[in-house]
Amino acid sequence: MAIYLTKESKVLVQGMTGAEGMKHTRRMLAAGTRIVGGVNPRKAGRSVDIDGAGIPVFGSVREGMDATGADVTVVFVPPPFAKTAVIEAVDAGIAVAVVITEGIPVHDAVAFHAHARSRGTRIIGPNCPGVITPGQSNAGIIPADIAPGPGRIGLVSKSGTLTYQLMHELRDIGFTSAVGIGGDPVIGTTHIDCLTAFENDPDTELIVLIGEIGGDAEERAAAHIAQHITKPVIGYIAGFTAPEGKTMGHAGAIVSGSSGTAEAKQKALEAAGVAVGATPTETARLVREKLGEHSNPSGTSSPSGTSSPSGTSSPSDTSVPSGTSNPSGA
Amino acid sequence: MDLYEHQARQLFAEHGIAVPQAEVIDSAAEAKAAAGRLGGRVVVKAQVKTGGRGKAGGVKLAADPAAAALTTRQILGMDIKGHRVRTVMLAQPVDIEEEFYVSYVLDRTNGTFLAIASAEGGMEIEEVAATRPEAVARIPVDPVEGVTEKKAAEIAAAAALPPDAAPVLHRLWQVLTREDALLVEVNPLVRTTDGRILALDGKVTLDDNARFRQSRWGAESDDPHGNPLESAAAAKGLNYVKLDGEVGIIGNGAGLVMSTLDVVAGCGARPANFLDIGGGASAAVMADGLSVILSDPAVKSVFVNVFGGITSCDAVADGIVQALQSVRLTKPLVVRLDGNNAARGRAILDAHAHPLVEQSTTMDGAARRAAQLAAAA
Repeated sequence: MAIYLTKESKVLVQGMTGAEGMKHTRRMLAAGTRIVGGVNPRKAGRSVDIDGAGIPVFGSVREGMDATGADVTVVFVPPPFAKTAVIEAVDAGIAVAVVITEGIPVHDAVAFHAHARSRGTRIIGPNCPGVITPGQSNAGIIPADIAPGPGRIGLVSKSGTLTYQLMHELRDIGFTSAVGIGGDPVIGTTHIDCLTAFENDPDTELIVLIGEIGGDAEERAAAHIAQHITKPVIGYIAGFTAPEGKTMGHAGAIVSGSSGTAEAKQKALEAAGVAVGATPTETARLVREKLGEHSNPSGTSSPSGTSSPSGTSSPSDTSVPSGTSNPSGA
Repeated sequence: MDLYEHQARQLFAEHGIAVPQAEVIDSAAEAKAAAGRLGGRVVVKAQVKTGGRGKAGGVKLAADPAAAALTTRQILGMDIKGHRVRTVMLAQPVDIEEEFYVSYVLDRTNGTFLAIASAEGGMEIEEVAATRPEAVARIPVDPVEGVTEKKAAEIAAAAALPPDAAPVLHRLWQVLTREDALLVEVNPLVRTTDGRILALDGKVTLDDNARFRQSRWGAESDDPHGNPLESAAAAKGLNYVKLDGEVGIIGNGAGLVMSTLDVVAGCGARPANFLDIGGGASAAVMADGLSVILSDPAVKSVFVNVFGGITSCDAVADGIVQALQSVRLTKPLVVRLDGNNAARGRAILDAHAHPLVEQSTTMDGAARRAAQLAAAA
C-alpha cells in the first residue's frame, strides 16, 4: 500500500518537453512510473521518444486525461506560467497535482490553492521534490535509487535533501511512501494530511515527520498527532541556529519575531509524544529503535549523543507582523 | 524583500492612499531647502529597514529649516540595530486626532491573507493583541473575491474604525495584490484634527519570487549597507546568509544546510554561514562558494556537506578538485559525501590528496571534525 501514488497511477507531465521535464520524465519512467503523456499546447499531437518509449504530447491536461485516464500530473512549468498550468489541471478535474516548480509568486500559489480546494484537487507542493512510492511509482524528482524497495516507513518532509538523507539512512527498512510537501510559505498538502493518510495506510508502521523553521505547521501537526495518530511518529526539525528575520534557502523558512522557531516545534512535537532526533542520523536511529531494527546499512558507527541545540522559546500563536516603529509624526 | 518607509509611502500614494507631504534626502546640505519647501517645521525620519527607530533617536521633530539641517546631520550615519542610516525622510507634521492600525498579512496556515485592524493604532500591534485581544480584529480575506468595498467596510466595522477609513482598506488590498506584497501595514493610520485620513507610517514586504514581473524594485532596493560577504555572495548568485560563527558551511539543499548548521552547533562550534549550492553543485558554484567563505576572516574551518541525490558524488568531488585549482585553500576543509556514487567521489578526493582536505563518511562525524579543527585553529 501507499499514499497518493501507486503503480496504478497514470501520470501526466506538464512541462515535459523542457530540459528539467525531460530529465525527470526519463528518471520517473525508469522508476516504473506509468507516464501516460506530456502536456504542451505548442507540441500537441507529437510524441517524444524517451529511452524507447513513445510518450504522447497533449495540447491540454483535459485532452490528456480524456485520452489516457490520467489521475496525477507533475508540474515542471516555470514560475511565470505555473499558476495557469495548475489551474488548468484543477479545471480538468485531476485528482493529484504535484507542483515541483520553485519560485512561484505567493499570490499565484494562494490563487491556485484556493481554486484547488473548491474543486477537490490535491496539490502537493509547490517547491517540492514530489511523492515516491518505492517499487511502484515516482511522481517528482526524488531519486528512486536511494531506497528502491517497498518498506514500512511513511515519510513527510518540507525538505528535499533531508528526505533523501533519511531515506538513505533507512533504506534497508524501506518506505511505503515519501512525500516532500515543499518549503514554500503556502503549500497544498500538509504534514497533517500525510499523517492522516499514513495512519490509514495498513502497510505504514511508523511515520517520520521532517520539519523546519517558519510558520506553525509542525505545531499543528503535533496537536493532530496527540489527538488522532496512533502509529509511532519520529520527528526531525532543522533550523535551530537560524537567525531571526532571515530566509534560509526555502521561501517559507524564516523565523519571524518569536514565531516559527525550531525550539517551539520540537517542544510541541515532544509534548505530543514524538521523539525528535538531534541530527538526521540520530533520527534514523530513533526509527530503528522504535521498529526494533538494529542493522545499519552503511555500517557506520552510531553518532555520539550530540545534544540538541536548545534554547528557551516563547512560541506565540499570534501571527501578527512585528510592527514598524511608531513615530507619531507630530 | 522589505521596502523602506519612503518606498512604502510612494506605493500607498500611487494607489490613492493619502500620505503626508515628504521628501527623501541623503545629505544634510539638502535638508534646509527641503524643509523650506515642506513649510519649515518637519519630522526627520531615519530610513532603515528595522523597527524601533523612534526609541533609537531616529525620528525627531525640527522646528524650522535650520533645525532640520542640524537634526538631519545627527541622524544620517546613525547606527540603528546594525543598520546605518544613509537616507532620511523629511515629512510635514500633522495634528493627530485618532490613530488606527491596518494591515494585510499572509496567513500561511489557511493559504490566504488576513486583514488585521484596530482602532488602537500607534503602538506595537503585538502589544495591543497581547494585552487587549478584543481590540484587534482579524478577518480572513477570500483570495478569489479579494477586498471589495463591501468587504473593506466590514473590516472597518469589525475593528471599530470610522467608515471613512474603509477606502484605505480597499486601496491597501490593491497595493498588496498589484505589487505582489506579502505584508502591507499602515501604523499609524491617523485621522487629523482637520478630518483627513492619512497613512503616517507603513511597512511593505514584497515577494522575492515575483521579481520577474515587478522589475521596478530591483536589486538597488535591497539594503546596500548590509554585510559585505552577503553582498559578494549575492553578486555571484549564491544563496548565502552570514552568521556569527567560525565553521564555514557549504551544502546542497536548504533543509540539509539548515540541519548542517544545527549539527555543527551541537558539536559546540558555531556555524559561520548558511550556503546552499543547490542540487547541481558544479565546480564553478563550488569555487564561488569556497571563495566567499574563505574571504570571511572569522572562518577557521570549512565543512562541505553534500548528499548526492540527483547529482552524483563523483561529479561533486570533481567540482571540489577543480574549485581547489582556482581558489587557494587557506583553512582546513572537511568533506562529507554520501548518497549517489559516494565511494567514487571519496576516491577522487583521496587521489587528489590535498593536505588541507580531509573526509568523513558521516555528517555527524564530519561536523565534529570541523568543530575540532576550528577550535584548534
